[in-house]
Amino acid sequence: MRLYLQKNHYGDYGDGHAGGLEQDANQDQQKQWPLWEVFMRSKQGLDHKHAGSLHAADATMALENARDVYTRRNEGVSIWVVESKHIHASDPDAAAEFFEPANDKIYRHPSFYDLPDSLKHM
Amino acid sequence: MDQTANQLQDQFQQRIDLEQKIEPKDWMPEKYRQTLIRQISQHAHSEIIGMLPEGNWITRAPSLKRKAILLAKVQDEAGHGLYLYSAAETLGISRDEMYEQLHSGKAKYSSIFNYPTLSWADMGAIGWLVDGAAIMNQVPLCRTSFGPYARAMVRVCKEESFHQRQGFECLLQLSKGSEVQRQMCQDAINRWWWPSLMMFGPKDDESPNSKLSMQWKIKRFTNDELRQKFVDMIAEQIKLLNMVLPDPELTWNEQTKHYDYGAINWEEFKQVIQGNGPCNKERLEARKKAWADGAWVRDAAIAHATKQAKRKAAAQTYSAKETE
Ligand SMILES: [Fe+2]
Ligand SMILES: [Fe+2]
Repeated sequence: MRLYLQKNHYGDYGDGHAGGLEQDANQDQQKQWPLWEVFMRSKQGLDHKHAGSLHAADATMALENARDVYTRRNEGVSIWVVESKHIHASDPDAAAEFFEPANDKIYRHPSFYDLPDSLKHM
Repeated sequence: MDQTANQLQDQFQQRIDLEQKIEPKDWMPEKYRQTLIRQISQHAHSEIIGMLPEGNWITRAPSLKRKAILLAKVQDEAGHGLYLYSAAETLGISRDEMYEQLHSGKAKYSSIFNYPTLSWADMGAIGWLVDGAAIMNQVPLCRTSFGPYARAMVRVCKEESFHQRQGFECLLQLSKGSEVQRQMCQDAINRWWWPSLMMFGPKDDESPNSKLSMQWKIKRFTNDELRQKFVDMIAEQIKLLNMVLPDPELTWNEQTKHYDYGAINWEEFKQVIQGNGPCNKERLEARKKAWADGAWVRDAAIAHATKQAKRKAAAQTYSAKETE
């Protein structure tokens, strides 16, 4: 049995707080800048990796803020920003079932195969 | 219900004991969430308020080099505040709520920033002692049990080392200077030493939240343990400056292999925490003014973004019609 007592996470605490500028465009009381997630490529050839989040009014400002907050010492050569509300995440409480299919397939790993030591280059 | 809650608590503690990090979407006891919100937001507020005493000397730095260094350091502190605010936000509190708590006086920040910066040597003493004490606290926090907090602290710690080094170097230069410069250096050390020791918080037997924080591995060392480490470190480093710490009782203890030190004035600490320090009012006023003065910028940015979004939507509708 699973019980959700309280859940809050990235981009999941209400559009009023965390984003939704486009939808809220007509509501003049929109005050807080939306939340963005920042992904950074630390050097050419590597993946973009989550660095953190920040608030900005639009994508241009989010990129500039990300540069100022996360790359003051050349930590990045490329930045992606995405509004936090657009991130969909798997449910950690259902992680066991969700990732279960991979659990019993040990033959997917090279160490599953017992081969003679004399076999070289494999 | 109670039983399920207990089960969840047990599972949670097991994960902590196994050194598994807790992530924002994971189940956590409400008290854990609240403790973290309080600690992380107070930490963030300290970084932000901490810019004020040093900001005081940016325009009066003795050389262009020192000015650039100080500017970079203060900018780092702003960055630290931002890393920490976004870590706290993953726990379900909004940025504006945290600002509101700071501005209303409900949330605290480190008591050290309520002391004035009277001379240029204070920039050195702050870097060496205040950032030094902060690092002592922050390094173990890189392994704290809440993932976003730990990751934020890794970034912070990478940057802090420059803060402490530039501070010591600043004092080292003064310590080799004229008699007036040497006096200035000693005076700054005298004024910042005791407040730096208070940064580690109340003594262990008077720190009620400590036990739970240790059990949840939010904290990994007690206040007194960290304070002792700091004293041992500084008592050695000061020899290179040919200065003295303002504590006649400071002596090496051969048995404990630590430095013994004199009694801390906890009454002063209490007064500063309660708002009666030399600069409490000034700091909070400056912060509130900055927030109020920036209101039109925040509103204008929102208005601009809204207008751009509408224009873009209109253009898309128009070009969709064109191609029909
Ligand atoms: Fe900092
Ligand atoms: Fe610092």
